[in-house]
Amino acid sequence: MGNKKHWLETTYKQASERPVRFSTVSDMELDALYTPDDVTGSYDDALGNPGEFPYTRGVYGSMYRGRLWTMRQFAGFGLAEDTNARFHFLLGQGQDGLSTAFDMPTLMGYDADHERALGEVGREGVSVSTVYDMATLFDRIPLDRVTTSMTVNCSASILLAMYLVVAERNGISWERIGGTIQNDMLKEYIAQKEWICPPRPALRIVTDMIEFCARRVPRWHAVSISGYHIREAGSTAVQELAFTIADGICYVEEAIKRGVAVDDFAQRLSFFWNLHNDFLEEVAKLRAARRMWARIMKDRFGAKNPKSMMLRTHAQTAGASLTAQQPINNVVRVAIQALAGVLGGIQSLHTNSMDETLALPTEQAVMVALRTQQVIAEETGVTNTIDPFGGSYAVEALTDRMEREANEYIRRIDEMGGMVKAIETGYPQREIAEAAFHFQRQLEQGIKIVVGVNKYSIPEEIPIATLKIDPEIEERQIQRVRKVKRERNSVAVKEALARVSEACRSGENLMEPICEAVRRDATVGEVSDIFRAEFGVYTDPGWI
Amino acid sequence: MAEKRLRILVAKPGLDGHDRGAKIIARALRDGGFEVIYTGLHQTPEMIAEAAVQEDADAVGLSVLSGAHMTLFPEVMRLLKERGAGEVAVFGGGIIPDDDAVKLKELGVRQIFTPGASTEDIVKWVRENVAART
Repeated sequence: MGNKKHWLETTYKQASERPVRFSTVSDMELDALYTPDDVTGSYDDALGNPGEFPYTRGVYGSMYRGRLWTMRQFAGFGLAEDTNARFHFLLGQGQDGLSTAFDMPTLMGYDADHERALGEVGREGVSVSTVYDMATLFDRIPLDRVTTSMTVNCSASILLAMYLVVAERNGISWERIGGTIQNDMLKEYIAQKEWICPPRPALRIVTDMIEFCARRVPRWHAVSISGYHIREAGSTAVQELAFTIADGICYVEEAIKRGVAVDDFAQRLSFFWNLHNDFLEEVAKLRAARRMWARIMKDRFGAKNPKSMMLRTHAQTAGASLTAQQPINNVVRVAIQALAGVLGGIQSLHTNSMDETLALPTEQAVMVALRTQQVIAEETGVTNTIDPFGGSYAVEALTDRMEREANEYIRRIDEMGGMVKAIETGYPQREIAEAAFHFQRQLEQGIKIVVGVNKYSIPEEIPIATLKIDPEIEERQIQRVRKVKRERNSVAVKEALARVSEACRSGENLMEPICEAVRRDATVGEVSDIFRAEFGVYTDPGWI
Repeated sequence: MAEKRLRILVAKPGLDGHDRGAKIIARALRDGGFEVIYTGLHQTPEMIAEAAVQEDADAVGLSVLSGAHMTLFPEVMRLLKERGAGEVAVFGGGIIPDDDAVKLKELGVRQIFTPGASTEDIVKWVRENVAART
């Protein structure tokens, strides 16, 4: 039994085959069948039991039998009080962690009253320019009990400082707050493209934050190493895996160079993956990621604490996979993607809302997205047994293959001298643009199908309700920021900003001076201006 | 005499970093036989209008996915006119609701492409609707 080659040449050859390309959404061609011939490596080496090295089957001993994943919907729009109301709504609906979306000016280090912020305030997320905005955003939320994730990168040091100051003003010590700040600058140059200064100083700020959190905010994840945006920019699943792990390697190297022992910070690195349409590919990617990270931390960096080797992760369903056409179909896509995440063993999950290709989500659409997770958790039964795909010939073969191909990318990046060098030459950026173009061509040639777009389309779309952002909020936020700037002690602010400048130059850890600056009402834009002045401004090379 | 190749400026105004679409369009237009200049990200309307004039562009394609299109598109149009380049064909794409697309066309934006538009449609539209500036 089981001779695959023989079977392919006889039984399969005689059967019919549809004239399509049998490849994943990343265009990885799959075999008609996987058998024991395709699976290599012993159980203990390749898989291990859940909670045991190399964690392929899950990082925790009891996985979802012990605790379900954290349901964490990303939310942010308009003014701080608008988003605060959405947070309370979500917590009231059974969500157990918060996740904050900031608007473009905040993400790029501009205050709401800057001319570059015009038309963008509160549009793609919530506007936060001052520590008072941050206080309003988390009003009546127990920061010592709810964990918070903040999606912000080049201005992350300032937003974290504001969060810490809000906690301290609420009488909650820094040791007691838990959460995550995305703060993954490498993937910004690769994919998401939000930056202030060039890669090297940006990496220094990230490392300052890793060091600072390891010492002062021990429950905080100072970096969420993110494949999500890499995938959204159009990468393949293997590229997402490879570039993300390579970014992780770079952060670990930098922190070690700084003199922080690997086991003192590695357990506070977390990850963030995309969950795309191709079900098996996604399950395999998550399993491969855990095994790769465990081996890298143990063998390459000599970590001793098992927690340093465990890849714990948030995941989000793929925004780029949603269609503006027949948008209600997105509910189905999101459910399938989320299920892949759960079967892939994630720790925290955001499910997209059906209307997110059109606008920020309405409350009703968000509720369907959250209920999707609750249905998976409570009704489908997939949480009853751990890693049910373990031992599947197809999934194990795919897991092995993705690890192999991702390691090949990592080898090439190491040869180039590491991720910063690779970014400076545009290597990952070009690889992703190439993959994005390839997919678009396959879509237009009908090799890849998107339901409702290039097949099963309808002549007249049925519109759905979308969230509208009141254009007046921009003016209100501008006035609010200007009032703070008018009424504060400007001498005290100047002194504090000068200290941030000094720290930029001396190499002293930036976090204490930034905390002091925001305590004295320095704004997101003002601290970012210090970075611009001290480190220079990065501009897009504009590679096509 | 060979016809002059049309020069198309593909531009990303505003702060959003979503350049997947803009890059695909730039490449498809280049493959379609046009001369393409891509501005890169985070351009102000001034930078774009200036580049259109400097590069002698016949058309400008704007890509905005941040929701700021109702501020950024009209500003680019205004600045082009101010620089005597009002006849440059402006088209665009992104997350642009139908109501806004109507308003933008009233302001003189020639065409708006929304999610699902194929690169072929866009290349064809440029070929049929953009004329070389004289």
